[in-house]
Amino acid sequence: MSDVSAAPTAGAATPVPVPPPEPTRRRRSTTGVMRSMELDPRLFGMLVALAIIWVGFNIGSGGTFLTARNLWNLSVQTAPVGIMATGMVLVIVSRNIDLSVGSMLAVLGMAMAILQVEWIPSWLGLDHPLTWVIALGAGVVLGAAIGAFQGAIVAYAAVPAFIVTLGGLLIWRGVAWAMASGRTIAPLDPTFRTIGGGADGTIGGPATWVLAVLACVGVVALLVASRRRRRKYEFALRPLWADVVIGVVGTGAILGAAWVLNSYPKPGTDEAQGLAYPVVIMIAVGLFMTFLANRTRFGRYVFAIGGNPEAAELGGIKTRWTLVKTFMLIGVLVAIAAAVTTGRLNAATSGLGQLNELYVIAAAVIGGTSLSGGIGTIPGALVGALVAQSLQSGMVLMGVDAPLQDIVVGVVLVVAVALDTVYRRRVK
Amino acid sequence: MSATATEQTTPLVQMNDIRVAFGGVHAVDGVSIDLYPGEVVALVGGNGAGKTTLIKTLSGAHRADSGQIVVEGTPVAISNPRDARDFGIETIYQTLALADNIDAPSNIFLGRELRTRWGTLDDTAMENETRHLMGRLNPRFKNFKVPVQSLSGGQRQSVAIARAVHFDAKILIMDEPTAALGPAETDEVRQLIRQLRQEGLGIFLISHDIHDVFDLADRIAVMLQGRLVGIVNKHEVTQDEVLAMIIAGKQPGDVTQADLNGLHR
Repeated sequence: MSDVSAAPTAGAATPVPVPPPEPTRRRRSTTGVMRSMELDPRLFGMLVALAIIWVGFNIGSGGTFLTARNLWNLSVQTAPVGIMATGMVLVIVSRNIDLSVGSMLAVLGMAMAILQVEWIPSWLGLDHPLTWVIALGAGVVLGAAIGAFQGAIVAYAAVPAFIVTLGGLLIWRGVAWAMASGRTIAPLDPTFRTIGGGADGTIGGPATWVLAVLACVGVVALLVASRRRRRKYEFALRPLWADVVIGVVGTGAILGAAWVLNSYPKPGTDEAQGLAYPVVIMIAVGLFMTFLANRTRFGRYVFAIGGNPEAAELGGIKTRWTLVKTFMLIGVLVAIAAAVTTGRLNAATSGLGQLNELYVIAAAVIGGTSLSGGIGTIPGALVGALVAQSLQSGMVLMGVDAPLQDIVVGVVLVVAVALDTVYRRRVK
Repeated sequence: MSATATEQTTPLVQMNDIRVAFGGVHAVDGVSIDLYPGEVVALVGGNGAGKTTLIKTLSGAHRADSGQIVVEGTPVAISNPRDARDFGIETIYQTLALADNIDAPSNIFLGRELRTRWGTLDDTAMENETRHLMGRLNPRFKNFKVPVQSLSGGQRQSVAIARAVHFDAKILIMDEPTAALGPAETDEVRQLIRQLRQEGLGIFLISHDIHDVFDLADRIAVMLQGRLVGIVNKHEVTQDEVLAMIIAGKQPGDVTQADLNGLHR
């Protein structure tokens, strides 16, 4: 009441106070730079957070964090969660969730292991060159089938995804145990093992450089193609300096990463390891999923459903079938992650992937995916996975107790989402 | 017959003796109505008068129990929104039905995306088309790359209308297009409707706003309790007479001064 009566007199008597111009102008110029570079501020913020975490752990661990060896290990450890997180983004964007990925990973890992250890040798003999292809292919098909099954219940029977996949979490864990009565299945096919990145599971130094150079060419080609397309339609071009900065930073980061990974030799030799297969797979999956999310109708529909399911339906989109496809997709990605995990362990147990659903969801959410749907990016989820894994392995290096590690990861998850929510409210 | 509806042209759409019942209630009870090119027909009536149900049978959101829909002289069957769209009938829902998290071009082309020869989305081409479309419909529209949730109500309405008219719509159904808008935005949308009318579209306008109706419509169809009270030419009636039709179901000729005074009590 007092506000209402005071407002007119105050407004009439004194002119509206002019805000101090200095900070506003500075803020506008930073956002101006960001805008003309068309950078995603959220992704940029995450990369800054990642840099702070890395430097902090490096200091805390007495210089062991930022070594080629640790970063190489970090890249391999991030792979399974990163691979699954790219699929989780689309599931969450469409206003669903998949809590069953950890248990599915156990079932799929178990299935692939049993297939290559017990079934295929009796048909084709031991160490047949096709063993790994058949096992992986079967895992992928089974993953898609489980995903389709769960997705169909969500989409057509309209049971909430939370419930369906919570059931899945319990069911698939039990199935994984029943498949081998709790036995550990080992050892795996030697070629299959390389998927997990073991001793021979890297592409080597020269191939890493070739890939890095190809990636650089790709970055430049994308920038050039984008300029050409915009010029064709006479749209405003991004300033040339911005494109040059993006190109230089992008190619620099790629070459730098290749250099770091090539600086960690195979134990006992001075031969560079280069990228591990799981990391190559994660990068390939990341590129493919980014393409799917941004450049295909399927991806566009997933986002439209997340933004307004009714609008998507009225637009003539087959929303239910689209949802089933997102669950199939994450099933396939879980199969790939299961191959990486079992390959790395050289064994499958029914306890594989425990709590992975939470790490995968955490990676997606730290990476800027909104649990209310409609918002999320694949690169964000990959950086989120890297942030989560960095925290864990950094704390291991610093000798932090396991329970405390969980506490820190939990706190970071909540803080990251809180910051993101505040940021989004301000942008609006 | 209305002055704008030329006698020689076939109506864009004729709805003959449409009936829809929910349980025992006749939501629409034998209504016949037509629409000519370059004409705005307002559908007015109180809550529950049946205007939305009637129009849903045309937009494909609801099936009529009986009756006939004739589009440009040909009887058609419309059983879902896709059918309606195939006959050039587009609907702008009161809730706008936009996906808030994606940008204007993506919304306009939702479900009908332009693609490159590799089958991928051609966002640049869609943005280009959107710029041309908006240049025609609403030259003040400039935000092509931001999620539509950050647009004003009038701009969002422009996006919804652009989506409806882009794919060669001939018949446009607008449900309360100005209900949630401020005065300036209402003007923007009214301007847009006049523009579309001039381009030869036929528009069914559902509105509660008698000012909208008298400003935009050529003919006014009044419904009461599922029945059509009458269709009148805007220039031949007063607002009070239309109100008498809406509230009491009285024809303009039958209405007495006492009835009109009663409206203003």
